[in-house]
Amino acid sequence: MNLRRLLAMAYKEALQIWRDPRSLAIALIMPLMQMGLLGYGVSLDIKQVPLCVYDQENSQLTRAIVSRFDAAGWFSTTRMLHSEAGIRRAMNAGECIGSVVIPVDFSRQLASTGTASIQAVFDATDVNTTNIAQGYLQGVIGQVNAQIQAQWQAAHGVVASQIGQVNLQPSTWFNETLDSRNFIIPGVVAVILALVGAQLTSLTVSREWERGTMEQLISTPVTAMEVMLGKLVPYFVIGMIDAAVCLALAVWWFDVPFRGNVLTLLAATALFSLVILGIGYLISVRIRSQLAASQVALYVTLLPTTLLSGYTFPIDQMPKAIQALTLVVYPRYYVTILRGIFLKGSGLSDLWQPLLGLVIFAVVIVWLAARAFHKRL
Amino acid sequence: MNATTDAAVFAHGLTKRFGSFVAVDHLELSIARGEVMGFIGPNGAGKSTTIRMFCGLIPPSDGQATVAGFDVGTQSQAVREHIGYMSQKFSLYGDLTVLENLRFFGGIYRVPQSKLAERLTFALSMAGLQGREHALVATLAGGWKQRLALGCAILHRPPVLFLDEPTSGVEPQARRQFWDLIHQLAGEGVTILVSTHYMDEAEYCNRIALIDRGRLVAIGSPGELRNHGLGGVLLEVTAQPLGAARSALLNVPGIVEAAVFGDKLHVLVGPGGPDAQAISAQLLARGLQVGPIHAVTPSLEDVFVRLVSREQETREAA
Repeated sequence: MNLRRLLAMAYKEALQIWRDPRSLAIALIMPLMQMGLLGYGVSLDIKQVPLCVYDQENSQLTRAIVSRFDAAGWFSTTRMLHSEAGIRRAMNAGECIGSVVIPVDFSRQLASTGTASIQAVFDATDVNTTNIAQGYLQGVIGQVNAQIQAQWQAAHGVVASQIGQVNLQPSTWFNETLDSRNFIIPGVVAVILALVGAQLTSLTVSREWERGTMEQLISTPVTAMEVMLGKLVPYFVIGMIDAAVCLALAVWWFDVPFRGNVLTLLAATALFSLVILGIGYLISVRIRSQLAASQVALYVTLLPTTLLSGYTFPIDQMPKAIQALTLVVYPRYYVTILRGIFLKGSGLSDLWQPLLGLVIFAVVIVWLAARAFHKRL
Repeated sequence: MNATTDAAVFAHGLTKRFGSFVAVDHLELSIARGEVMGFIGPNGAGKSTTIRMFCGLIPPSDGQATVAGFDVGTQSQAVREHIGYMSQKFSLYGDLTVLENLRFFGGIYRVPQSKLAERLTFALSMAGLQGREHALVATLAGGWKQRLALGCAILHRPPVLFLDEPTSGVEPQARRQFWDLIHQLAGEGVTILVSTHYMDEAEYCNRIALIDRGRLVAIGSPGELRNHGLGGVLLEVTAQPLGAARSALLNVPGIVEAAVFGDKLHVLVGPGGPDAQAISAQLLARGLQVGPIHAVTPSLEDVFVRLVSREQETREAA
């Protein structure tokens, strides 16, 4: 291997990226677009859940409870209804996802037995939304309970553990604000790298075949290794810059907490970039049409990264067979590392397994890529 | 090392098969140092395939070939260090400027830094592109592109140069300039194998190899091929009526071929065949009018057309 030839190759490749509006757009604009799109657009939080309330008692206490639903911020149009039929109509029409019914003897029950129940009905068409809305509701009820207990204690001077319902406030770790953005955004970095890296590199060899420049290139003493490294160096630099931009946006724009070590993160990012670029290059060597190469690259990088890496869908909730499959889905290691470093502050001792996974993938892919290209027509 | 590898380019039994199709069929070729060898033949004759095998771009199916003393199969890396190649299709980077292309190939060929500036200047002036160093190559006209491609291919001063139809689609004036460059390089001792399908360009070569359907049909200098390529003497016969004269002559033993050529006949007489007087007598005996008969020098095109059709007749007979 010769450094001069490698540098000539890398410089030429960089010039071509610079001159190609399409490559430039993928390299520079796509990450920002994706970050905005995924950072703002994709949210697993449910805000402004339309809620209906049928307050049969309509006392000071019950009105105070209802006002808490509004105050919580999770529910938007808390609509007051005045009949069971009204609830059915509103639910059928999709005007509200959840309905709360406060029974007519709510205060009396609470005063005499210490417990009272509020009925909640949910539109379970969207199970995910329902579960989350239910969680929010329980949170509000919990606050109500705490207040009732406090008032009881103030009025009667004793701690009444039997008064009020069990506090059901869900406990959360690492993501106290219950903001799914913190969960999503570190994974977005993986998605962007997969998209940009593989899209750009998948074209780099096929472009030379299509334009006829490959025949000239392979008639020169340049080696297959120099071609590969020379082509990948500029894309690696672009990938690392894109990753840095995305990570900076995550921390300073989206306010995702960053608790781990930057160097560990950079090492993992470099490894993941190598895997992605290696895959893009392999595709490019094997498929001589730019269009086909670009499509295959989408399938083997972006799809597993978005669907099977745990980026949006938690791996432990997948069927067992799919969970096993994710072991060979390389982005899962990077997504695990990203979340670990961002949210948990995990160090090398916690992350050695996914890091090892990435190392193995990087070695195998680069080895395959180096052997794939032959200087033959 | 045997004597044959002293040749700059050498092929023995060189064969390339693509499935059942034989693109190059047991080619024998030896090109001396400093020689300009023309590769002539119809499309699909196997010219490009042969050149690509010499450049190590495709492996031979059979036989052997050496370039600058290196085996194309086992020492392809060394071969690539010693050759310059211009492929049939234009293959510089259109999205890079003139200078960027030159610098790229300068780097790929590891032209010593001390010589780089001088070589770049030479290539630019050779291509006539001084002052246009920063033009994108895609914007250049055909002739300039070809000369720049040649400039890139010789930056490392290779002893052997393979040019695959370098002038196709280039205007006559630019073609002429291109051939001047080829001769300039040959004068410096560079061995050049150049394929073309322009017959006039064949005249510029030291020797010509005629290829048809993967086989070497004839090889020699333009003069040799003109004088001996037909395997006989070409006579121009004036006679009336032409058609009757032609059919009469085709039946005369020793006459290989008679073809209408304008208002005259071109008659190819094999060794030991009739002379002008005998032909005249034959025609007069059949009551035809006979004018002057004299020997003519065939054009290269005559020779090639004749050789290719003879080759095809032998094949069909076999």
